[in-house]
Amino acid sequence: MAIVKTKTPIPEQPVEERIKNFDEVALGYTEEQALIEASRCLQCKDAPCVKGCPVNIDIPGFIRLIKEKKYDEAIKKIKESNNLPATTGRVCPQETQCEALCTLKKVGEPVAIGRLERFVADYELNKGYEIPPIVKKYDKKVAVVGSGPAGLTVAGDLARMGIKVSIFEAFHEPGGVLIYGIPEFRLPKRIVRAEVEYIKSLGVEIFTNVVVGRSVTIDELLKEYDAVFIGTGAGAPQFLNIPGENLIGIYSANEFLTRVNLMKAYKFPEYDTPIKIGKIVGVIGGGNVAMDAARTALRLGAKEVHILYRRTEEEMPARYEEIVHAKEEGIIFNFLVSPVKFVGDEKGHLIGIELQRMTLGEPDSSGRRRPIPIEGSNFVFPIDMAIVAIGTVPNPLISMTTPGLSVNKNGTILIDKETGKTSKDRVLAGGDVASGSATVINAMGAGKIAAKSIFKLLTEE
Amino acid sequence: MFEIILKKQLAPNVKLIEVKTPLIAKKALPGQFVILRVHEKGERIPLTIADKNLEKESITIVFQEVGKTTKLLGRLGVGDKISDIVGPLGNPSEIEKFGVVIGVGGGVGIAALYPILKGLKEKGNYVISIIGGRSSDYVIFREEIKNISDEIYITTDDGSLGRKGLVTDVLKEILEERKIDRIWAVGPTIMMKVVSDLTKNYGVPTIVSLNPIMVDGTGMCGGCRVTVGDKIKFTCIDGPEFDGHLVDFDELLARLKTYKEEEALALRLFEESEVGKVGHSKN
Repeated sequence: MAIVKTKTPIPEQPVEERIKNFDEVALGYTEEQALIEASRCLQCKDAPCVKGCPVNIDIPGFIRLIKEKKYDEAIKKIKESNNLPATTGRVCPQETQCEALCTLKKVGEPVAIGRLERFVADYELNKGYEIPPIVKKYDKKVAVVGSGPAGLTVAGDLARMGIKVSIFEAFHEPGGVLIYGIPEFRLPKRIVRAEVEYIKSLGVEIFTNVVVGRSVTIDELLKEYDAVFIGTGAGAPQFLNIPGENLIGIYSANEFLTRVNLMKAYKFPEYDTPIKIGKIVGVIGGGNVAMDAARTALRLGAKEVHILYRRTEEEMPARYEEIVHAKEEGIIFNFLVSPVKFVGDEKGHLIGIELQRMTLGEPDSSGRRRPIPIEGSNFVFPIDMAIVAIGTVPNPLISMTTPGLSVNKNGTILIDKETGKTSKDRVLAGGDVASGSATVINAMGAGKIAAKSIFKLLTEE
Repeated sequence: MFEIILKKQLAPNVKLIEVKTPLIAKKALPGQFVILRVHEKGERIPLTIADKNLEKESITIVFQEVGKTTKLLGRLGVGDKISDIVGPLGNPSEIEKFGVVIGVGGGVGIAALYPILKGLKEKGNYVISIIGGRSSDYVIFREEIKNISDEIYITTDDGSLGRKGLVTDVLKEILEERKIDRIWAVGPTIMMKVVSDLTKNYGVPTIVSLNPIMVDGTGMCGGCRVTVGDKIKFTCIDGPEFDGHLVDFDELLARLKTYKEEEALALRLFEESEVGKVGHSKN
């Protein structure tokens, strides 16, 4: 049989339509498309793709089951290692993970593993999910702090192993970054809600409106629970620390996205949370969050949205697919520029940003070429809204209020990567709070490790 | 869901509610606040905790009905439920024995000032209170403040109660005559600015409790950032109390107006709606 060298394309909303709405851009495979794509998989014995997956999904296994039209078994196979497949099928950077190692890449495009994962996950969500039986129950309780990808993974895994889990979430809705950060057009909230419902169906309790570090401390949780997992992510926004940053019209990406995604400001005034959209928007940064913010601003009616990035496209940390989507939608990319200061009018409103041109020098610690300022190249770029998307760091509330918990200089919690254990007895951590800003799937991978070691800790005592 | 167990009208458009919040009641300290969301489609707004009751596992919130959200909150009565309340947020006030302290309160800020002064009194400070409002009706929490003060002064804009004038008039006179160790000013941003400008001349440390626009209240949005000295601070996790002599009040006043048009629109639509048309509230 001849090898099909290209991926089966995934249907998408036409550009001219999707920039006017918040509906999902990628529509997902039909059964027919999924079957064609699944048949491309070579079923390699050594399964190189699995080595690229942070949660070790049996990828050839589930694709074979799709090929055989055994969709119920396919999703069961995925869920052996992944509690949130409809989410990861949509937001995982497969191109640098499983798909990067696909044998087919040697001759053409890899198998569209992510799209197939999404296909069976959606199949199950449409049909109604099955609750896996819990074989043995233990008389142990674990508190999980944060309901993002790391916390949900720990909770789901432990619940399936027979441990009672309570999740504590600061916001009024669970999901963490999946709810407040990733826009509806990339990851619909109904998908996140369905995945959270699945975790709850395993017997996990979720308490919203509890800020650990304020409403209750880690030490207080330790009195009631046998172990605590901290999965609070990297939720504190970084700013540029340049003059004028408090002018009206400047948002952190976190604030902008939280207002729009969690609080549904895109539906103001039906929803009460307002958002102010400028005519010309500058988004500072080059990661996925910058792409999300830019595409969101466009959908909210901005006339022009500019990405302002200090290196070049080659160094951009955003996923390739996100860059392509952003370009298709008309986002304008400005490379090799770095903000020097914000310019405001007499009422304190943003009217422009002073940028300095850069050139690329030698690679820095990240392995990417370091931007070097060009003297005398400053110019003012008129914008009336800015979104600062230059990264986030862990929130200090827990480290501030937990004696004995060791934290790195950048605020991340120090853990043993093999086990997820922190410096404090019976307290484990994982995901962005320990690694710094990373991906959903990496946080889930860390969650799996922590769940295993918590189980061991509680059952082998 | 959080149940309202008591409701009082304190002044025109100023209401007090007591809400059952076991977790928050256990933890709340003077100076801290909560963020609440009235209903499913609501926004999150910060409100200072005016008191707590451990037996009833409740906290007291005093608010002025200015926009849609506070008006909606004001419509709720005893037995009704608030969708979400989270807290206690922010750092507690630094309550120590300082000596002679003054608390300056204006508007609903008087209620927020109350737990701070109560704490200061319990620590053995000599407490002087200066509270004021537009007219007699607006000077809330008079009895409560009086009970924990060694001296109390009241001012009204129209002279209908206490002295005619501003809280700063009385404050200036006291500062001229006596040595004061510390001052707390809690009220409208403009009042805190004027108080801080005045006390700077006398070199008396002055603490203000800021109330900027917030979303999460836990340090993740940065919407509440203020310039204090030459640093940018997040009110929710670095504050809400700051050294009034270092706060850039003009910037804060400008930022508070960010959503002026949106707030006006939301209020207009609300007042035209069926819920909004019900002119009076329950209880």
